[in-house]
Amino acid sequence: MRGLNTALGAAGLAAFLALGEVVPRVGIVKEAYFPPTSRIASAFWDELQDGAFWSALDDTLTGWALGLAIAVGAGIVVGVLLSVVPYLREATASTIEFLRPIPSVALIPLAVLLYGTELRSVLLLVVYASFWQILIQVLYGVQDVDPVAEETARSYGLGTWARVRHVLWPSALPYVMTGVRLAAAVALILTITAELVIGAPGLGATIMVAQTSQAVPEMYALIVVTGLLGLLINVGARTVERRALAWHQSVRGEVAV
Amino acid sequence: MRRALIRLLFVVALPAVLLSVWWLASDGSTNVFWPPLRTILRTFPDVWTAHRFTTDVVPSILRLTAGYATAAVVGVALGTVIGSYRRVRAVCEPVLEFLRAVPPPVLVPVIMLFAGIGDTMKIVVITSGCVWPVLLNTVEGVRAVDPVMKETALSYGITGAARLRTLVLRSASPQIFTGLRQALSIGIILMVISEMFAGTDGLGYTVVQFQRSFAVPDMWTGILVLGMLGFLLSVVFQVVERRVLGWYHGLRAAARRTP
Amino acid sequence: MHAQLDVSGLHKVYEGSGRHVEAVRDLTFTVDAGELVCLVGPSGCGKTTLLKCMGGLLTPTAGEVLLGGRKVSGPPPGMAFVFQEYGRSLFPWMRVGENVELPLKQKDLSKARRRELVADALESVGLTEAAGAYPWQLSGGMQQRVAIARALAYEPEVLLMDEPFAAVDAQTRADLEDLVRGLWRERGITILFVTHDIDEAVYLGERVVVLSASPTVVQEQLKVDLPVERDQLHTRVSPRFAELRTHVYEQIQAAKRGTLPVQDRLTPSDTPPLR
Repeated sequence: MRGLNTALGAAGLAAFLALGEVVPRVGIVKEAYFPPTSRIASAFWDELQDGAFWSALDDTLTGWALGLAIAVGAGIVVGVLLSVVPYLREATASTIEFLRPIPSVALIPLAVLLYGTELRSVLLLVVYASFWQILIQVLYGVQDVDPVAEETARSYGLGTWARVRHVLWPSALPYVMTGVRLAAAVALILTITAELVIGAPGLGATIMVAQTSQAVPEMYALIVVTGLLGLLINVGARTVERRALAWHQSVRGEVAV
Repeated sequence: MRRALIRLLFVVALPAVLLSVWWLASDGSTNVFWPPLRTILRTFPDVWTAHRFTTDVVPSILRLTAGYATAAVVGVALGTVIGSYRRVRAVCEPVLEFLRAVPPPVLVPVIMLFAGIGDTMKIVVITSGCVWPVLLNTVEGVRAVDPVMKETALSYGITGAARLRTLVLRSASPQIFTGLRQALSIGIILMVISEMFAGTDGLGYTVVQFQRSFAVPDMWTGILVLGMLGFLLSVVFQVVERRVLGWYHGLRAAARRTP
Repeated sequence: MHAQLDVSGLHKVYEGSGRHVEAVRDLTFTVDAGELVCLVGPSGCGKTTLLKCMGGLLTPTAGEVLLGGRKVSGPPPGMAFVFQEYGRSLFPWMRVGENVELPLKQKDLSKARRRELVADALESVGLTEAAGAYPWQLSGGMQQRVAIARALAYEPEVLLMDEPFAAVDAQTRADLEDLVRGLWRERGITILFVTHDIDEAVYLGERVVVLSASPTVVQEQLKVDLPVERDQLHTRVSPRFAELRTHVYEQIQAAKRGTLPVQDRLTPSDTPPLR
């Protein structure tokens, strides 16, 4: 059954690639706009030999990883703090509900003015967008803590820190992992956006250069790279999530945020 | 009465504090990039006139609506087909996983090649970015329809369009809404940046023009407008979601009470 | 004159991923119009498979099921199904009234007639007030009543019930059993009731069909000669009830061991000797 599915999937992928080859060749779309798969593949190969490509990839990954790390750290600290300190959760609810849906791209002009094409521009957007994903999941997770466990911990006289460590954190962890997975995807989107729009060095900026200089196959090759990067991040995050939660038998629906 | 007052206090207290802090801290600021809040608010009515609303805000919202609605329809339709047939799903899955993983903003330069810089480009960009979360979540939702419910429908002769309407789509609706929610944030991002790239009107275009001409207070008002738009759309989404998924929230709450 | 329901030579084999599971070997029995028959057998004996074949939800490997003389191939319109998993058989996004009405929308009925059927069915199960509630706002027993109302409103010739009360508590269960018997007497529908509970089978049925362990055959058929008027208090303590349930119990034990106790072997529709 599994083998069959893999074979079908491979067939689907092959058909997709073949379609990409045939459609421009027979002239359904102009080759200048949509080069055949083989030309994209050869451009991809050329990119791999190019030092500039690797340094762009490095820039993108740096922006992504740093932004994500800051967002995760801040999201967890703020989330736990809001849940532990009495009344803080209620007092911040309206502010969070207002700030969260603000699209981080609204900050692009500010980032440009403040930091130009520096890494900090990228980080501003990435952190703003991913922070909320983590924070919301932490808050949901803490809300989901079994009141009986919490009561038990209290009745045994566990202090705040011990309660956070032994009751709150393990219960919230599945949610935090979901938050990290969602944030990882969002962070990549915003990293690439910042590079495309602001021109901060990285894959996004390279794609823009390729587009303006009419290097169409290179542009597609770079887009494929971003896709593969996204795929790796998704698969990686899902694997980490599953590993970390192997012990957790509860069935959770994903919280829509 | 007292409780209502306390709740109201919780809602407004922090925003009031934050706004006052901003107001006081920025008052008398000479930093070009951080104009006093007083200046920003005074600039607001001059910048966001009724005229500007019709020439910039409305077109942006129309493009977003067109692109988002198309993505929703296409995503749900394709997702239902793919989710209903195991074989089709097996064939499509790797390709879909890849397409979903492509960060949507890179679509802007590609679609500019095909569709130029007009409205079509922007709508296509929004659609092609928003369609994946809707599609993949629909696939998951359709796949997860309860087998007992399927048999119930079958045994009572509920087939075809009626089955789709009363069973499959309703049962998948929580997942579909998760997808629509993710798509909404992506749609707003794409709306703004497609206008930043190329265009003659729209919110993204206007805000970038302010930034380029160093009209900093104007730019700040633009950021505020974008923020409010994001907030408003999210409120509208939540209202619709509550209506459509009222049963689902009730069901979950009932399940939590009796585990 | 045909039997209302005629199962002959039914055979079902599940094939999949190299496995070959014979669930039902050879089943033959009939149910007459207006009869209430209970099917009872050891757990895992393919009762559900049999019922799904009869309901047209599964295609038998061999043999056939006739409903009113016509071969069943796909869910027949004259049959309604009540599932064990009431919580998963009612649609949680529809209110109780809508759930009951939904199958009627497939039939060519006027709106007024549909409404009448829904109201009548809900009244029969004592849930007129709950029409506007969602299923998940009701208790388990009430949810199963809704599922029964849905089946009644469909006006079936035959009602198939697949262990419908296995997941409700004992008191609710007794109430629901009396409800089913009451509806049967009132409406004269043919009911085939599958259960693994021997007491329930004897209490409810006019006839009990005992099934063997998987691969399933009919172990025995037994006429229940209890009075038509039954109630939880008196029927269950009557000596005849005890005899019948002991007999069925022995048959099931024998079925589990895979042997037929020769001395007890009875011809179909016979009654066990008084001991």
